[in-house]
Amino acid sequence: MSALYERAQRMRSTLWALILPPTIWAAHFLFCYVFAALYCAKAGTFAPLGVVRAAIALATAAALGVVLAAGFVAWAKSRIPGDPPPHDESTDEDRVRFLATATLLLAALSFVAIVFTAIPALMFEDCR
Amino acid sequence: MRAERSPDQDDPHVRAAQEARLREVWAPPRGFFLRWTDVNNTAVGVWYTLTAIAMLLFAGCLALVIRAQLAFPGSELVSASTFNQLFTLHGSVMMFLFAVPIFEAVSILLLPQLLGARDLPFPRLSAFGYWSFVVGSVFVAGSIFFDAAPDGGWFMYPPLTTEPTRTGIGADIWMLGLSFIEVAAIAAAIELIVGVLKCRPPGMRLNLMPLYAWYVLVVAVMILFAFPPLIAGDVLFELERLLDWPFFDASRGGDPLLWQHLFWIFGHPEVYIIFLPSVALFAMIVPTFARRHLLGYPWIVLAAVGTGFLSFGLWVHHMFTTGLPSISLAFFSAASEAVVIPTGVQIFVFIATLWAGRVIWSTPLLFGAGALAIFVVGGLTGVMVAIAPFDWQAHDTYFIVAHLHYVLIGGAVLPLFAGLYYYWPMVTGKKLSDRLGRLAFWMIFVGFNVAFFPMHIAGLAGMPRRVFTYPEGIGLDLLNLLSSVGAFVLAAGIAVVLVDLMLSPRRARCARNPWNAGTLEWLARPEESWGVRSVPLVESRYPLWDQPGFVARHDEGRFFLPDAEEGKRELMISSVLDAKPLQVGRIGGPTATPLLAALTLGGVFILTTFHLWLAAAVSGVLALGVILWWLWTGTSIVPEKETKHAGHGVVLPLYSSGPVSPGWWAMFITMTADATAFASLVFGYFFYFTVHAEFPPAAAPGLTGPGVFWPMAALGLFVLGWAATVGAREANARARVGAARALLTLAAAATFAGGLAGLAGPWSSGLAPTAHVYPAIVWVLAIWMAAHAAIGVIMQLYVLARSAAGRLTPVYDGDARNVALYMHFVAISAAVTFAVIAFFPELAA
Repeated sequence: MSALYERAQRMRSTLWALILPPTIWAAHFLFCYVFAALYCAKAGTFAPLGVVRAAIALATAAALGVVLAAGFVAWAKSRIPGDPPPHDESTDEDRVRFLATATLLLAALSFVAIVFTAIPALMFEDCR
Repeated sequence: MRAERSPDQDDPHVRAAQEARLREVWAPPRGFFLRWTDVNNTAVGVWYTLTAIAMLLFAGCLALVIRAQLAFPGSELVSASTFNQLFTLHGSVMMFLFAVPIFEAVSILLLPQLLGARDLPFPRLSAFGYWSFVVGSVFVAGSIFFDAAPDGGWFMYPPLTTEPTRTGIGADIWMLGLSFIEVAAIAAAIELIVGVLKCRPPGMRLNLMPLYAWYVLVVAVMILFAFPPLIAGDVLFELERLLDWPFFDASRGGDPLLWQHLFWIFGHPEVYIIFLPSVALFAMIVPTFARRHLLGYPWIVLAAVGTGFLSFGLWVHHMFTTGLPSISLAFFSAASEAVVIPTGVQIFVFIATLWAGRVIWSTPLLFGAGALAIFVVGGLTGVMVAIAPFDWQAHDTYFIVAHLHYVLIGGAVLPLFAGLYYYWPMVTGKKLSDRLGRLAFWMIFVGFNVAFFPMHIAGLAGMPRRVFTYPEGIGLDLLNLLSSVGAFVLAAGIAVVLVDLMLSPRRARCARNPWNAGTLEWLARPEESWGVRSVPLVESRYPLWDQPGFVARHDEGRFFLPDAEEGKRELMISSVLDAKPLQVGRIGGPTATPLLAALTLGGVFILTTFHLWLAAAVSGVLALGVILWWLWTGTSIVPEKETKHAGHGVVLPLYSSGPVSPGWWAMFITMTADATAFASLVFGYFFYFTVHAEFPPAAAPGLTGPGVFWPMAALGLFVLGWAATVGAREANARARVGAARALLTLAAAATFAGGLAGLAGPWSSGLAPTAHVYPAIVWVLAIWMAAHAAIGVIMQLYVLARSAAGRLTPVYDGDARNVALYMHFVAISAAVTFAVIAFFPELAA
């Protein structure tokens, strides 16, 4: 675990890392919507949603896994040695810690939003 | 050589000479005609803002006529047909000609100041966007005076609007006029993204950026993904209206729901595109009047970025009553509830900052606080309508009208008034009246609530939106009368603001930075158009508060680029994450080309509306000529020397190409928007596949094609054109200029042939686009690629000509790199297009 933690701290931080968690949300959301819409368009109004539910369960597990990983990296990087928040100095460390903190927050938001998206799969049984 | 040693900033004569040179370089053009050739953000930003406010007043007057008509039951003040035009134009003007342009306007005005930059990286592009906006808005807004305004509602649902016998020319005016405005919005987005990422002052790393810049960045990126689907929808819509291609005609395989999808993929993010920049103003105002740093800076970044993303997962909540499967509705309901989280976070951050500070209850803060109160009410009704079963009841009633006005007036209009009162001294050097401002605020606040709160009840009582009258005695009389009275009180409050603005020229000048704010924009002096005297070194989020002697050091030119030795307009280009200085960029000065480009390009759209094809084509050729002239004379200019001293021992290049240069970023961003529009068309193709049991339709004359041969030939030629362009870039960079020119010639020939081969597929198999939607969508994809081939050929030949003219060399090779980047995107589009139209029919069968 501590080896992973140190490796995460050494990773390069970019602006792309910031948008990774919400991008995963977007991909998961689109997958759920498109898969269900395609399935229901082709299988009919009363078709049971068994396949859709299984697909959404898999996609949700995968998406949450990636978001958790991104969140872990961000958490580790937000704790590299230096001052506590608000990270408002013009230094390399503060810029890294700021980006990591913002990424961690976005990962948390994305996690919740992905769970929200998956809930309908628990509630609905057919395409009506 | 003056530039080689640091000038003596202690010497007042040196400083005065620097100031004289800066003043001359940044002087606005004078004279009745020439003044309109100005491109500096301080001029264009002001024009842009005033024009957008004029549009607000125009659309507000339309609303007053609507409320006058609805004040009493059975009123005959205006006819049903005029009423349709009134509400359609009110919504369209408010959304497209006020709300989005005011964001662009205010950002063009403020952003360079916030970043301590002298201007944005492409000032002429800003001017082009502004003139496009003027031409388009005069065209669209003026139509009502000829009884020709659009009348199908601001979201223009087909099939009502695609049927020329039911809706007159108004629908064309809407589509073509607003498409042109959308081009201006994308131009502004490019300008603002590159401005935020590449034009920050040294030291202003991402963690020190003013929050306004974060919001601008998010909103501009949202524009890139939100507007192109609407542009794609507009293309399909106009092809149906002008050429009878049945994209939304269910009797020939089309589907009106596709328009709703494309419209709302734009339309919902649009709400946040309007809302976030206004919150951004609030994020600047709150710290000033709380007298402390904003709390929770990363939380605001979370809110801006999170809202930006989630807002793209909400569009179907406008379509809850269209009969989509319940599980689809539920996904969008879930996302609509999730977006409450980041929206709430930023409101709590503002409250916490005010709580932790020593609050000064100024007029701007009063407007801001009132705005938040109204917005929260709109947000709460939003949570209600995001729940599908509630929406089934409230859909298309006055409840929705009330909800959207609470959101938009609370979320966008009132914060803009806060910004107006806050930033007026920065732009004009004079404060507005606190007495009139407070009076106006209370009139607007009370008038607004009296006008719009009863609409919730009217809606729940069953009053549908967009009815031009209602019968007496069904419980709507008093509610409507109240709404109308409130609307006029609201309008009177806005009139008070106007009086306040009119009185401003007669008032005495106020002190610089009258609010004692901490951010860079308050370095500005309204009488100087150079933006900043010297580009500052930033070490804090609030440098005016935290860096001792900051203003004096700036004013005495002790930071970077305090001079304009070569008589050129210059700005600092820096790195994305850490704002390390990379280049001294040179930008264009006053010129009429943006104005001419906007007029000629506007001509294409306007003349097409009236089916004047030949005149439209002539206008298009003129537009192309003007744009090429603009590029040839004003971009990628080879500098007279390689480097320049920027001050403090920093020596920077005067030219850059590839990913460090602003031009490369602009191309990348443009092509991202282009790729989004392309993806929307491909989405259309597959959308038709989902709605039909058999798609492509069964073999029949006119419905079969385009085969495999021609699409694959086209793909091969496109790939050849791409490879040759990339090869030319590499050969040029290795000083093999002859080989580069030969490869460019090959590239142009291959790309040209590729475009033709793409058209040959549907042509040779006789696909008939008016017969069914399948041939129509295949044709559209092929034409899309042919148009991109044509633009690619022009670019390749342009680079060839630049090389021949000595304006492109192995070192100064920006054009070659940018065109190669364009061709990357074209090659990817070609691969998708031709693979889909060639192989999907067989796959689906």
